[in-house]
Amino acid sequence: MENIDIDPAKACFIEREFEADDKELPAILAFLEEELEKHYAGPKQTMALSLALEEAFVNVAHYAYENMPKGKAWIGLSFENDRVTVTLKDHGMEFDPLANEDPDITASAQDRKIGGLGIFMIKKSTDSCSYVRKQGYNILTMTKTIR
Amino acid sequence: MEINKILNDKTCTIELTGRLDTLTSPQLEEALKEVPADIEKLVLDLKALEYVSSAGLRVFLNAQKSMAGKGEMILRHVNEEIMEVLSMTGFTQILTIENE
Repeated sequence: MENIDIDPAKACFIEREFEADDKELPAILAFLEEELEKHYAGPKQTMALSLALEEAFVNVAHYAYENMPKGKAWIGLSFENDRVTVTLKDHGMEFDPLANEDPDITASAQDRKIGGLGIFMIKKSTDSCSYVRKQGYNILTMTKTIR
Repeated sequence: MEINKILNDKTCTIELTGRLDTLTSPQLEEALKEVPADIEKLVLDLKALEYVSSAGLRVFLNAQKSMAGKGEMILRHVNEEIMEVLSMTGFTQILTIENE
C-alpha cells in the first residue's frame, strides 16, 4: 500500500504489515525494539514506546475489525534526528482512540475503571500523538524523542 | 513470563519473571485463581519483571479488589521502569508497594 502519511524521501521510513491479531504482538515489539536499537534509543524510551505501541495495536486487534473479516495493521517507523514517529494504520471501522475522555486515575481501587487506561498510557508515554481518518484508514501517529 | 508461586500459611507470594503484557497476563490471572481463598496476604514479587502493560495492571487491580476485606496485597521489589508505569496511571496511589 502506498504510504499516505509520511514522505519516504524525507526520512528513514520503514513500514511492515501485520495481522490485526494479539498473536502478532511479540513480532511487532521485536520489530520496534530492533529498529530503535539501530537508532540508539535509550532503554526508558524504548520501553515507553513498546508500551504505547502495544496498547495501540491491541486496541486495533480487538476492535477495528469487529464483525468483519480479519484485517491487517501497518506499522511505520520514521526516524529524524533524535525523534521517532510511529504510525499505526488499519482499514477497519472509523475510530478515534484519542477522542475518549481520560480515565479518573485518582479513583479508589474499588471504583477504579480499567477501560480507557491503555489509551491514556499511549498519551503519557509519548511526546505527542494524533489521529486522522484518511482514505478509509485509521492512522494513529505517535512521536517521541528517543535519546 | 515465568510465574513462581510460594504458599506459606496465610501468605501467598507470586514471583513474576519477564513481561506481563496482553499475551501473558491471562497466565497470571489463572495463577491467581488457584490461590487458596483463605489467604490474608498476597505478595507479588516483581524483582524480575521487565515490563507491564494495561493488561497486567488490570490483573493487579482485580487481585487488589479480591484481597479487599480479607487481607492485603503487596507489590514487592518494583523496579524503576515498572514504577514509572504505576505512577503514570495513578496505581501507586491504590496499591501497596514495598521496596525494602
